[in-house]
Amino acid sequence: MMSQQRYLDDGALVRLRGVSCRYDRDTVLDRIDLDIGRDQFTGIVGPSGSGKTTLLKVLLGTMVVAAGQVRMAPGLRVGYVPQVETVDWNFPVTVAQCVLMARTRGRVLPWPSASERRDTSAVLDRLGLGGFADRHIRRLSGGQQQRVFLARALMGDPQLLVMDEPTSGVDATTRHDVLHLLDDLNRAGTAIVLTTHDLNGIASHLPHLVCLNTTVVATGTPRQVLTPEVLERTFGARMEVLEHAGMPVVIDEHAHLHHRVVPLRKNAS
Amino acid sequence: MDQLLRPFEFEFFRNGLIVATVAGALCGLVGVYVVLKGMSYIGHGLSHAIFGGFAASALLGVNYVLGAGVWGVASALMINGVTRRRTIGADAAIGVITTASFALGLALFAVFGRRGSSFDAALFGSILGVGTADVVAIVVLTIIVAGAVFLGYRHLLFATFDPDVAAASGVRTGLVDAAMMLVLATSILATMQVLGVTLIAATLVIPATVARMLTDSFSRMLILAAGIGATCGFVGMNLSYQLDIQSGPSIVLVGAGIFAVVFTITGTRGRARAAGVAG
Repeated sequence: MMSQQRYLDDGALVRLRGVSCRYDRDTVLDRIDLDIGRDQFTGIVGPSGSGKTTLLKVLLGTMVVAAGQVRMAPGLRVGYVPQVETVDWNFPVTVAQCVLMARTRGRVLPWPSASERRDTSAVLDRLGLGGFADRHIRRLSGGQQQRVFLARALMGDPQLLVMDEPTSGVDATTRHDVLHLLDDLNRAGTAIVLTTHDLNGIASHLPHLVCLNTTVVATGTPRQVLTPEVLERTFGARMEVLEHAGMPVVIDEHAHLHHRVVPLRKNAS
Repeated sequence: MDQLLRPFEFEFFRNGLIVATVAGALCGLVGVYVVLKGMSYIGHGLSHAIFGGFAASALLGVNYVLGAGVWGVASALMINGVTRRRTIGADAAIGVITTASFALGLALFAVFGRRGSSFDAALFGSILGVGTADVVAIVVLTIIVAGAVFLGYRHLLFATFDPDVAAASGVRTGLVDAAMMLVLATSILATMQVLGVTLIAATLVIPATVARMLTDSFSRMLILAAGIGATCGFVGMNLSYQLDIQSGPSIVLVGAGIFAVVFTITGTRGRARAAGVAG
């Protein structure tokens, strides 16, 4: 089915200009300028507390901004994949029921229609969860739980997929699978924005990165932004960057510093 | 057999039985939301808050349903509002608002004196004052809530399981939360006369927790919790008459008994299911 694709005048899906966000008196995002294009695959990297999740909430339209302008393409369909730790996996729902939540606004009756059942089946098959529809969500591995969230997001046929740490807590094989899956989705026309802590496993494989520490420190390809200078300004720690198979590899000898936010200096250049 | 049927000869008992049974189902239904959101303490707190409104309306000569109702709804919305601010946790918000309201109720009764048996009835429950109007009120309320849960099932499920993604998907989670707080306050108010403020929390928590031990399905949990709540109300009221004890403790003890049986029978599987509902 062809869906009507509508964009902002230059083809962007979302455009942020001078966006600032605060929790009480704490500024968590400061004068952010960012465009999300229709075919973009962007990773947002930064230390804990740098505003990554808040930035995602701005893109989702669930965060009230304190200043600046947020413009979204009319009728933009956004799919959101939160961190798996954000929900109670003991909650009484099956995999299929969880995926069907994406259709909450489509139908009043509690039980699924025949077409909803077909769509659920198709998206679960596509993500390798075909045999899990009636399984309780507690009885899934971390990687499978991640894919259930992704399946739920894909049920809404999103133009933009927003993911918060999609590979945290999963093993290397699952991480590899998730990356391949996202790459396929992106090639099929879905814009993707994700946050990650994993500079070598995820960020260096993405086509475009945003380095964030309350404000946008740098944007560009991994080769452009995964440099000792940018990483120091983003994470507050000196990191060595080597090259392996044409890709930057970050040697982080101060991993513990990732948990600290670099204080934002006023009027910093 | 005659002994079992004898209380049905009395209108006050029949009214009390209908109210306890229907209110049990209603509290069981609402309790699913309360328990899955980890807000079990809220039923306890809100019923105590409503006691403040009950005391004030009794002393002012205002209809207690109206007075305590307005008070309860205001407390519920206040708790909901405070909880949505990031700086104060739900438990602290409930603790502050509801105990202050309960204390105010006690203080008002202490200063202006207790009026008849209403003080004890409000605390521990009594079926003596249950009239036809109360029966109609609770039945109508239950039909409205059941209808709202049926029609809003998908919204309720999504907002309860994953409020962040629900909000991002266009579900009005704030409205769902406010509506559920409103339903909770109204349910407590309607049940207060039979159960008393000190025991209402059990009718919210026990049926939903037992239902959770028995099923991994949200829809079945709603139906089971309503059924268990109704059973507790019906059996508890009959025991109350036969053993000559107050209706509130009797209903709660039946619920506790069912909980103990199901807890034992379902074993580790039931406990694993219910593990997430303790908060």
